[in-house]
Amino acid sequence: MFSTIYAGALHGVSAYLVAVEVDISKGLPSFSMVGSLSCEVRESRERVCVALKNAGFDLPPNRITVNLSPADRRKEGTAFDLAIGVGMLASFNYFSQNAVEDTLFLGELGLNGEIKRVRGVLPIVREAAARGIRQCIVPEENAAEGAVIPGIAVRGASHICQVLEFLQTETEGSREVILPRLQQDLQSLLTGEMTAGAPDFDQVSGQETARRAAEIAAAGFHNLLMVGPPGAGKSMIAKRIPGILPLLTAEECLEVTSVASVAGLTGEGTALVTARPFQSPHHTVTQAALIGGSSIPRPGVISLAHRGVLFLDELPEFKREVLDSLRQPLEEHKVNISRISGSVSYPGDFMLVCAMNPCPCGYYPNRNRCRCTEPQVRKYMGRVSGPILDRIDLCVELQSVDVLSLRGGRGESSASIRQRVLRAREQQEKRYVGTSYRFNADIDAADMERYCALGQEEQDCMEQLYHSLQFSARAYHRILKVARTIADLEGAEKIGVEHLMEAAFYRPAHEYWN
Amino acid sequence: MYQEKYKESELPYELWLCSFPDVGNRQLLQLAELCGGAKGVYYAGLDRWRQVLKEKQVESLKRFTESWKPEREYERLKERGIRLVTLADRGYPGRLREIPDAPYGLFVCGSLPGEQEPTVAVVGARECSQYGSFVADKLGEILGRSGITVVSGMARGVDGISQQAALNVGGRSCGVLGCGIDICYPKENRRLYDRLPGQGCLISSYPLGTPALAWNFPPRNRIVSGLSDAVVVVEAREKSGTLITVDMALEQGKEVYAVPGRITDRLSDGCNRLIRQGAVPLLNPEELIQELYGLRERQCAQGGQGKNLLSGTSAAKRKKDMTDINGDSNGSNGGRTKEHHGIETVEERKIRSGLPPELEAVYSALELTPRTVEEIRVKLPQNLREGCFNLNACLMRLCVENMAVQVSPGCFSGVFARDSTGIFPGKFD
Repeated sequence: MFSTIYAGALHGVSAYLVAVEVDISKGLPSFSMVGSLSCEVRESRERVCVALKNAGFDLPPNRITVNLSPADRRKEGTAFDLAIGVGMLASFNYFSQNAVEDTLFLGELGLNGEIKRVRGVLPIVREAAARGIRQCIVPEENAAEGAVIPGIAVRGASHICQVLEFLQTETEGSREVILPRLQQDLQSLLTGEMTAGAPDFDQVSGQETARRAAEIAAAGFHNLLMVGPPGAGKSMIAKRIPGILPLLTAEECLEVTSVASVAGLTGEGTALVTARPFQSPHHTVTQAALIGGSSIPRPGVISLAHRGVLFLDELPEFKREVLDSLRQPLEEHKVNISRISGSVSYPGDFMLVCAMNPCPCGYYPNRNRCRCTEPQVRKYMGRVSGPILDRIDLCVELQSVDVLSLRGGRGESSASIRQRVLRAREQQEKRYVGTSYRFNADIDAADMERYCALGQEEQDCMEQLYHSLQFSARAYHRILKVARTIADLEGAEKIGVEHLMEAAFYRPAHEYWN
Repeated sequence: MYQEKYKESELPYELWLCSFPDVGNRQLLQLAELCGGAKGVYYAGLDRWRQVLKEKQVESLKRFTESWKPEREYERLKERGIRLVTLADRGYPGRLREIPDAPYGLFVCGSLPGEQEPTVAVVGARECSQYGSFVADKLGEILGRSGITVVSGMARGVDGISQQAALNVGGRSCGVLGCGIDICYPKENRRLYDRLPGQGCLISSYPLGTPALAWNFPPRNRIVSGLSDAVVVVEAREKSGTLITVDMALEQGKEVYAVPGRITDRLSDGCNRLIRQGAVPLLNPEELIQELYGLRERQCAQGGQGKNLLSGTSAAKRKKDMTDINGDSNGSNGGRTKEHHGIETVEERKIRSGLPPELEAVYSALELTPRTVEEIRVKLPQNLREGCFNLNACLMRLCVENMAVQVSPGCFSGVFARDSTGIFPGKFD
């Protein structure tokens, strides 16, 4: 009268296996659950009992004990319902213990016995496959997501009766009919779904400078700041940046989908998130929502933007401490969240794209419209914390587009820009083989000499720039990194004078307005 | 009006009188004349005061006097290097003495402009455009070089920029404050505030410690125009505080120059309107300078009498006066000796000839007023407008060569050569 069923739980974006042990013994009728459970897991007792009753099972009045092992780790979420239900049925001998061997169950039960979607199916199935589990039974809505993992049979179920029928069936053939194994081909998923319907750069007319800056930023994964009046097209350009980034690789897709899955944001029936993420939180966003957290850690917006673009519109309106909390993720490309319940690490390798007005009214330096005083303008610029600006390599100023250029022909399409970006990316891949770097934006000051070597003429040019523009040592490195990317875009092996000149053009704004 | 035997011993009492906030210039003057000097006022009884002041004022002056030790306060003032110049003093600026309701006492730090030195007030919007700040800067520089004192209100924008420019070239400038002379307002002009006493002076008619209150500024503007031979308005909106200075200047019979702007620029509306009403459009700083020196000479010839080209102060007459100014200056423009050069000078051509063709094309597309990269791109020849031509890099190269300035990340203005005199060729542009 004892059974063990496998389920999974999440820790950050990774998962671990949980053994659900159900024991039925004689004694006064009771139902107790142990194993460091949060309240939603405790409530599963009521859901499971009622669901089983409504599905037509007559539970005898016994003493039922459920333990979720490892018992010292905090368990959260509703994904254990199905495993507990199946464990009870197994303990009441509705089917043989052999039927549930090497099988993992995930799902929330409704009171009528239906199985509802849960969070984090992808990472749990991935962990299960790694730990030698043969098959997973998951909610039908989440099945596609789990099926992406090779080497494990993922079956979607929508009602607990289906699961019971499946477990009671002995022959493999008829089992396959009841809950068929869902097959997903990773490669076809990756190439099949292109960025159809995504906004395209050819809808942006004019703004050559900003387009060019976006291209450079995409090529080297540099952070970008756009300053300009309302309606200049800052958000429009930002939204099109994911479209010129290279397509996600299989590994990146899994990472991105894992985060989305943990956050419970994968669409119904969606197998993989193949589009580059684009997150644009409102400026009232709290620190916990942006970084991740709350007492039970959940991934924040920056993790959802992993491998994609985090767009902060109206940058000065964000609270200073919220912006400052971006400093660690920007450096380390991940975020560590420590809470009493434990410490987790979420990925956060995103490209920061910011947009802001130059002054409270938005029209500075157009004095026909802007009546903000100089101190107001300075104060507004000063609201963006210096350390964040320090991590922004590229800055462009946009101006309102005149109607004439709107009427003019369409701009270059995202696809053709992406070709150039891809070429630059390939160069970087070749260059950084065997190092921890992925992009030019990552280069440390220590390795600057190695990757951004300058010839004599270029050094002279840098010196000239240094004297005439009077920038800081940090800005010097930023210019070098951006120049490296510009050279990569051109396919040039060495950084040339032209590249340095152009890179100097995009120096961040606070050097002007302070 | 001033006393021949003006005594040092009067000064502590003058300070006492000038430090009393609740009384007007006219009353002060009446009191002083009635009692035969500030000391007399101090020792005169309440009854004497009552002859000039209202009961309320007498009460507050009495209270004020109780807590005020003239000698001690005067010592303090001297320690700080501040002088008090009153109407009774020989050192009181003659120009200012002429104006109706001249301030009774002035707190001065530094040296007042000499009577024979020409002075020009450069005034304009605090929130000025790039054009305004450019003109203010150049004007300040040219006036400073020509030995003309720049009088202004040390405010943000046009005022401060022109004064700073004058000081930078070693010229002289006079800053008239709308607060106590010991207060630097606005704070960001601290550098200017510190430098002015050394290269000119700071002036305030307000007692020490008076905060910069809105209603202090119109009287301040009156002193600005009063101290100057001519007033140049660089940029002003249609309803601008600067126009108060212009009104005062007209009342005081000073010449008014306005820097014309584009009719589409709201910040030039005030100036253009002034021109429409008859102010002299400032097309060439040289003209202004010659005009000023001419004016000085004429005044000297007339024995310091009738300094102004016009008289009469009523508002109704003002418009007519404006026309007079215009007519007069047109007449005297026969003295305009310098013909306008073309914009391009020899030196400039020389610089250009050394440039690669694409850089030269970009340089030609630049203007003095900052233009955005997109605006510059439109001005380029067709072959450079599209394709892989890298305008951004070209612009930076011009910046490095000191032929352009990156005003903000997306805006550039050109740097154009000066002619040999160091003054802009003929015109600003």
